[in-house]
Amino acid sequence: MDQFTINLLFVGASFALYIGIAIWARAGSTSEFYAAGRGVHPVTNGMATAADWMSAASFISMAGLIAFTGYDNSTYLMGWTGGYVLLALLLAPYLRKFGKYTVSEFIGDRFYSQTARIVAVVCLIVASVTYVIGQMTGVGVAFGRFLEVSNTAGLLIGAAVVFAYAVFGGMKGVTYTQVAQYVVLITAYTIPAVFISLQLTGNPIPGLGLFGNDLASGEPLLAKIDQIVTELGFASYTGHHANTLNMVLFTLSLMIGTAGLPHVIMRFFTVPKVSDARWSAGWTLVFIALLYVTAPAVGAMARLNITDMMWPNGGITGGAVTLQQIEDDPKYDWMDTWQKTGLLGWEDKNGDGRIQYYNDANSDMQAVAEQNGWVGNELTNFNQDILVLANPEIANLPSWVIGLIAAGGLAAALSTAAGLLLAISSAVSHDLIKGAIAPGISEKGELLSARIAMAAAIVVATYLGLNPPGFAAQTVALAFGLAAASIFPALMMGIFTKVNSRGAVAGMIAGMSVTLIYIFLHKGWFFIPDTNTFSDNDPLLGPIKSTSFGVIGALVNFAVAYFVSKASGPIPADIERLVESVRIPRGAGVAQDH
Amino acid sequence: MSDNSSNNEYWSANMRIIKICLVIWALVSFGFGILLRPLLSGISVGGSDLGFWFAQQGSILVFLALIFFYAWWMNRLDQKYGVDEE
Repeated sequence: MDQFTINLLFVGASFALYIGIAIWARAGSTSEFYAAGRGVHPVTNGMATAADWMSAASFISMAGLIAFTGYDNSTYLMGWTGGYVLLALLLAPYLRKFGKYTVSEFIGDRFYSQTARIVAVVCLIVASVTYVIGQMTGVGVAFGRFLEVSNTAGLLIGAAVVFAYAVFGGMKGVTYTQVAQYVVLITAYTIPAVFISLQLTGNPIPGLGLFGNDLASGEPLLAKIDQIVTELGFASYTGHHANTLNMVLFTLSLMIGTAGLPHVIMRFFTVPKVSDARWSAGWTLVFIALLYVTAPAVGAMARLNITDMMWPNGGITGGAVTLQQIEDDPKYDWMDTWQKTGLLGWEDKNGDGRIQYYNDANSDMQAVAEQNGWVGNELTNFNQDILVLANPEIANLPSWVIGLIAAGGLAAALSTAAGLLLAISSAVSHDLIKGAIAPGISEKGELLSARIAMAAAIVVATYLGLNPPGFAAQTVALAFGLAAASIFPALMMGIFTKVNSRGAVAGMIAGMSVTLIYIFLHKGWFFIPDTNTFSDNDPLLGPIKSTSFGVIGALVNFAVAYFVSKASGPIPADIERLVESVRIPRGAGVAQDH
Repeated sequence: MSDNSSNNEYWSANMRIIKICLVIWALVSFGFGILLRPLLSGISVGGSDLGFWFAQQGSILVFLALIFFYAWWMNRLDQKYGVDEE
């Protein structure tokens, strides 16, 4: 059986499983559509939240960003896990106690204002749509590869699948499907990593192998990587090269963004008790950590393998890989298959029949290159988003492992896209239409408008996904910045302070606007390419890149809310009682309908 | 009124433990992982240093410990102040 058939088999089987579960657990009433009747166990909920959370960004994109940058991109690892501490300590138990279905309902009720609710809904929609763009980028890469079509065709096929899939069921369908997706994605991520770790370090646990010794040279793996990449003129793998302030702000933006994303927070509405909400956040992080502890090992080991592959004769002194080898040697088949997606490319610029891969921007390397007759880096295109999916092929693993990783990558992208579409559709139908525009709408009409909203969101995301503002994980990071600047501060102030309605509304609008403008200035207006004034290589405000701006937006939000609230008087007595009651777990058993 | 003051005490006990947890949270990630890494560079861990380990692995493990500790601690606190869910 050839690789293409095996991929289809794995992806097809996993899809059949998800769709089967979705049909089996079809949502009936609106309350089931949104929150699964609150009957989900913390461990189950944790696993489903982990699948929901770990998207194309974590699965497909993140290890690639770490591989090509090393230590400096540890920010993704800390940022996307540290947010759960904030969620467990500062938000989840209180929102569960409050006992409504959506984030904007909490904001609307706590700030006793329809305006606050609508502003929150708009913020949620902006952040979620940006997030879906990142997912579509990942979906395009995954479908492009496993169907062996171009990235664009892969993206369009993927969009159709995501839509069909998300329309099928509500949260309940999604909860149990997502448990299945978690199992598929974590298996798919771990198995190749274990193989590669065994090959390189002899240690079956990748997270330990990363800090172990390289079998071939007997040196520590990380020291070996540092040595081979610096030889080629690249920055050292373990060294700190990025701007420290930007690293801190970026990590913090990802953390508070995690605690402000609607599709994650919504999950904590579905556990039976307040104490379960606390445990649930912990279980979620357990399941996420299984991947996040493996990811840096995947990145480091892939960097070593790729470098060895391009310089197969003992490093830079031994001569580069020949075009003949790439064509004939089955070890290099992955380069041909990935070239078809348009995400990998090479060019023998100096016509010596070899492909020299090195950092041609490094001045020391330019001297070396001149000596050897090289005229520039010949591995001209290596999209970092392909790394995880290509990794098993690069390491020459059996073809079923390659099929498995295709299924896993799609599981990651699909589960998150579905969760987000659900959050967007509930925001539009439940909060915007039923809550504000047409309160008398029938249950049927509400479900219909939810599905129309889903369709609209996916069309926009697909269109923008064709020209994404960055690699999957970078686009997703922008979504986190937007959530960090708008929703997180509003929720925090709702629980921990007595900020009033005007303060909250002004804060959200200010935080969201400055962040959105800062992002658009750097990534193009409405993410349309080439409409940007600045770039992240030379940002407007010193070292602060647009992906790190979320935390600044959050500070603006807090400050504006505080001063406006101060100037416009105290909150009503019944809201004061609401704040008091949210802080105490007792009495949460009575789930409030509305 | 006694109920109210007990609730207030519960809330300040909660705030205290949250602050302690958040200090540790910031210390392992922003501290050991980024800002204080140069100070820890003498301690080598498998080919790199302790700061690198915290940035890529250690902080995640500490985050996990923090959440479970907090959940366990708060369950006790809920019972102590009689605000747990029956």
